[in-house]
Amino acid sequence: MATLQSLDIRRRSASTEAPPQVRQGSLEVAKLIDVSKCIGCKACQSACLSWNDLVEPVGFFEGSYNNPPDLTPTSWTVMKFTEYEKGDDLEWLIRKDGCMHCDDPGCLKACPAPGAIVQYANGIVDFVSENCIGCGYCVKGCPFNVPRISKTDRKAYKCTLCVDRVAVGQAPACAKACPTQAIYFGSKEDMLDHADKRIIDLKSRGYEKAGLYDPPGVGGTHVMYVLHHADKPSLYAGLPDDPRISPLVGLWKGVLKPLSLAAIAFAGVFGFLHYVTKGPNEVSESDERKGDDLAGGKGA
Amino acid sequence: MTNSWNDIKNADVILVMGGNAAEAHPCGFKWVTEAKSNNGAKLVVVDPRFTRSAAVADLYAPLRPGTDIAFLMGVINYLLKNDKIHRDYVKAFTNASYLVKEGYKFEDGLFTGYDASKRDYTNKSDWEYQFDEQGMAKVDDSMSSPNSVMSLLKAHAGRYTPEMVERICGTPKDKFLKVCELIASTATGERTMTSLYALGWTQHTTGAQNIRCMAMIQLLLGNMGMPGGGVNALRGHANVQGITDLALLSTSTPGYMVLPSERETTFADYMKSRAFKPIRPGQTSFWQNYQKFFVSQQKAFFGAAATAENDWAYDYLPKFDTGYDTLKMVDMMAAGQMNGLFCQGLNIMMAAPQKDKTRAGLGKLKWLVVVDPIETETARFWENHGEFNNVDPKSVQTEVFQLPTSVYVEEEGSFTNSSRVIQWHWKAAEGPGESRSDIDIVAGLYGRLKAKYAKDGGAFPDPLLKLTWSYTNSASPAPAEVLKEINGYVVQDVTDPADPTKVLLRAGQQLPSFAVMTADGKTAAGCWIYTGVYTDAGNMSMRRDASDPTGKGVHPNWGFAWPANRRVLYNRASSDPNGKPWSERKKYVFWNGARWTGADVPDYGPLVAPDKSVGPFIMNPEGVGRLYVRGVMREGPFPEHYEPMDAFLENPLHPKVSVSPVARIFAADAKSFGTPDKFPIVATTYRLTEHFHYWTKAVHGNAVLQPELFVEIGERLAKAKGIKDGEWVEISSQRGAIKAKACVTKRIRPILVNGKPCDVIGLPIHYGFIGLARKGYATNTITPSVGDASVNTPEYKAFLVDVKKTSAPAASAMA
Amino acid sequence: MSADKKVVARYTTAARINHWITAASLILLALSGMALFHPSLFFLTHLFGGGQATRAIHPWIGVVLAISFLGLFFRFFTLNFWNRDDTIWMKNLGKVINDNEEGMPELGKYNAGQKLVFWGQSILILLLFCSGIVLWDVYFEDYTTIDQKRLSAVVHALCAIGAILIWIVHVYAAIWVKGTLRAMTRGSVTRGWSWKHHRKWFRQEVGKP
Repeated sequence: MATLQSLDIRRRSASTEAPPQVRQGSLEVAKLIDVSKCIGCKACQSACLSWNDLVEPVGFFEGSYNNPPDLTPTSWTVMKFTEYEKGDDLEWLIRKDGCMHCDDPGCLKACPAPGAIVQYANGIVDFVSENCIGCGYCVKGCPFNVPRISKTDRKAYKCTLCVDRVAVGQAPACAKACPTQAIYFGSKEDMLDHADKRIIDLKSRGYEKAGLYDPPGVGGTHVMYVLHHADKPSLYAGLPDDPRISPLVGLWKGVLKPLSLAAIAFAGVFGFLHYVTKGPNEVSESDERKGDDLAGGKGA
Repeated sequence: MTNSWNDIKNADVILVMGGNAAEAHPCGFKWVTEAKSNNGAKLVVVDPRFTRSAAVADLYAPLRPGTDIAFLMGVINYLLKNDKIHRDYVKAFTNASYLVKEGYKFEDGLFTGYDASKRDYTNKSDWEYQFDEQGMAKVDDSMSSPNSVMSLLKAHAGRYTPEMVERICGTPKDKFLKVCELIASTATGERTMTSLYALGWTQHTTGAQNIRCMAMIQLLLGNMGMPGGGVNALRGHANVQGITDLALLSTSTPGYMVLPSERETTFADYMKSRAFKPIRPGQTSFWQNYQKFFVSQQKAFFGAAATAENDWAYDYLPKFDTGYDTLKMVDMMAAGQMNGLFCQGLNIMMAAPQKDKTRAGLGKLKWLVVVDPIETETARFWENHGEFNNVDPKSVQTEVFQLPTSVYVEEEGSFTNSSRVIQWHWKAAEGPGESRSDIDIVAGLYGRLKAKYAKDGGAFPDPLLKLTWSYTNSASPAPAEVLKEINGYVVQDVTDPADPTKVLLRAGQQLPSFAVMTADGKTAAGCWIYTGVYTDAGNMSMRRDASDPTGKGVHPNWGFAWPANRRVLYNRASSDPNGKPWSERKKYVFWNGARWTGADVPDYGPLVAPDKSVGPFIMNPEGVGRLYVRGVMREGPFPEHYEPMDAFLENPLHPKVSVSPVARIFAADAKSFGTPDKFPIVATTYRLTEHFHYWTKAVHGNAVLQPELFVEIGERLAKAKGIKDGEWVEISSQRGAIKAKACVTKRIRPILVNGKPCDVIGLPIHYGFIGLARKGYATNTITPSVGDASVNTPEYKAFLVDVKKTSAPAASAMA
Repeated sequence: MSADKKVVARYTTAARINHWITAASLILLALSGMALFHPSLFFLTHLFGGGQATRAIHPWIGVVLAISFLGLFFRFFTLNFWNRDDTIWMKNLGKVINDNEEGMPELGKYNAGQKLVFWGQSILILLLFCSGIVLWDVYFEDYTTIDQKRLSAVVHALCAIGAILIWIVHVYAAIWVKGTLRAMTRGSVTRGWSWKHHRKWFRQEVGKP
């Protein structure tokens, strides 16, 4: 997996410097989550907690198998269970939620702290905690509602795609732990091939709308799903049907930035030129006299 | 398992029923996904709940808890009616053609020979085959004689029409027929079905018969001995197969031999009913070797003290009057008939049914020793934990000793998995604090007892004093030494009967296989089926060669599978009577003209030619698989549907014999069963993938993943009772009441039983008042204390309750 | 009142302190806000002890600004009601910029430009405060949806830029119109300044309308 390991940085939040480009041949990685094979055993959740030294507090039963109910700063992946009734039949859709590692990451786009979010050449989007200022902009930037800000240290956390494991040729902890091989890891190309095979199998079992979830709205993702109902991703605990970076975020982190600076600069320059060309607005001698005259009666 | 985990990948249809493999065996379940993605297999799940297994199934059918026999007999009826059986297999390899005595009858839910006053079949003579003068069973090859097993089976199963299945099980007819069709698709030598089950079949008053029913189906389909076939018990604990092999039952000795009963006062008496002679011409009946195994066991137990003169120390063995299973022990404790209890690796107060009875029983003991790696509720049964364990400590006089043990990763030893594969594990860390291994604790106890008997004598100290205990460190036997002893060794040179100068086995040598054992005391083995695991070539359980030369999932050099490193039992049946594989696709073990060969170790005489007509089921005196059993099963020769003890309705088949007529009921529990007028809802209990019994609530990570006791309630019932997700619910039965949080779900399908709505609720076990998970009630507070008729497994899986909305447990108890 | 008889009192000490607290907090907010707004200005976070500190301090300064500005608001809002003269003034804005106030109506304490600054900042600061609360995750994360937060982020940025632009006009006006600054530093202006820029107010002050 040597070629999957490059930690060259492709993109860096709030930075304008050009990324290194000399080393070539780094493959893009991907994790393929085959929802049709997932039994919701939470081995991935457990492995994630264990590998990443995370201690999630013991919660309560809150009405479903989702525990904890949602992603938290210490639970970077959680299983989400949806009961879906299709006519007389029932399906229990179980989706492993977590960072999708978008090719065009909204979090990185929104992040104001230089180097707090990076995207490696292999496509992994990683939060560099020591650079994080805890503003929560990544939360607003993310189309999947993934990053979580810790109440303890006010830093953002999410799945790293086990970048530390991938860097030494290992698959992410969740993929390693998955007993049913519902989680595959490798080059994005291989994962796309594998997904094709799985989709053919699913179609042969009557899931005519089976397909891959690799949403183009975010440039594709480095975590992809094989879905039985690829036509309706939102069935799977609200997986966005067509995720894209919010236009508001696009405005905020796009045109607004240069336009604002330009407006401020323009105002400054205008004032300066005005002053240079028109000179100061001064009170004349006559104004002073007239003022004295008016005030005279009272002041004298 | 008759087959193995790895073998599941060879299946074409996988039936998960009586278990929830994805939930309880997620790691083994990988072979199911393997079969699905690489073998085009179809997964069928039949369960009262739409489970995690159902989530990835191709077909799901609901059924009411405790009605599995009705469903499976319905399948048998379908197969017979539609001629979807593997006819050649059935004819040659089963007892379908055998003739049963004329006196055999089944009427109104009872077989012949029933004695109502004893709640037992006291006369099983009419269940016998018809024998000829030579003592051979009579057969009718056409299988059409009215007293042939096939005809009897057709009549017996004929009552289980799809309509009757729907009436009893609540399984919609169309769903049931779809399941039947898929099952029937394997009635050829080209395709196979595997059956994966667990406690969902065993924990019923009809438990053993549930499994028998599946064995019959597999025989009819010709799926026994086939790759991707078999009847596969998925064992719960990592080593529960091992403990079963080494005499878990109080009436067994290792290797499924039988402990003498008090009626068998002499060795001759004992052997009379053990060495089964063949009852068909030319058959092997492997149990003819019983004496060799038994004598070798006695030599391993008592060494030089076991001699031909003293019948191999037969008198040293205890003789049982009755079985002492968990239920029996609890019943005796509660009746004040026990002084002390050694509770090793068992949290009996949580695990046994009817918790209040167990707690009362523990309170009547003089002493209780709890040997466990973690704090258990059993050790704290006397402690008040509010409503979860409302007891007055002052009222309890029992002295409790806690002996902390190490856990498996803190010691080396062997595990035997469901596949019967014995695998060594190495020590990864030292046990904490004062913990000691279970072996050391038992050795310490033995050493002290022995010393005391040696000093003070006793009524009969010999069995204890003369027990073989020749370990390097007698206070701490090395697990490898124990495994060597279990494997067995040569006591005295064994010579060739034809040429006495030729020494076949030298004294001191490890036994290479049980085939070389002798009945004259020259060989010793602690558990004959394990022989071969530790030979002179070394510890076979340490082998870790993952290669699989034939691609059939055999992996012959990984660990050691008992017996004889065989991965699929009865594998001779994978070829037709002429020794030719039933199909190229399922080619496994076959006759190559000179010997039996193939992917696996043949379960057969390797040189016995097919024309000798020896049946493939060599452990049976018939040589064939039994669609009909004579006296082995307490409930009768064929499985029959009986309602659970907490019966939801009168048995539509025979209202007068509604529940099992032979299930064991203690006098003390006679009034502990519920009726549907007071408890109109059917409940079942189960495990969650996030937890392991009552251990993992002591582990933070597991507590996070499933923090608190809940009850699964179908939407129909929840609506009727006004219960919403996450609200507190009281669940009561005739035995007591508990509280749990509601999980309102579509996954419990609204079914109709006998035309009326039947609501089912589901309760996980796992929770208690000790540990890191949220404190909660013991689910087994409300389960019934009644055992399966054959093996006394408690009926945890089907009982009656009522539910109602309630308030949270008192804050003081939760803290 | 100043000992210098030749000046006119314009702001009380309290009003000046109020103003300068507002001014200081606005400047600090602009600096810290811009630091988090545009990567090329992130270096400004060093003024506040780094990125995290900037993120933590910014909303608190916002609270100071909001309270302080509220003081200014209540102090001055009655003086900032729009009247007909303001409309005329606005129509002649071109003349004003060219320092040609011939034919302009006499002005009260504030001209239309100042009033616009007042009302502009009042509205923008209200919006900044509200959107800022939505964005203040430390305390208010759980009360709004992500979409509301996204909208707030845009509103906050737009309002901030607006406020900064107004602030630039305000500051420049103070620099350009000589004699203005002392109103906020010393509390008084000269008679000539008053005569020239706010004659109506001047008349009222000296009691000779």
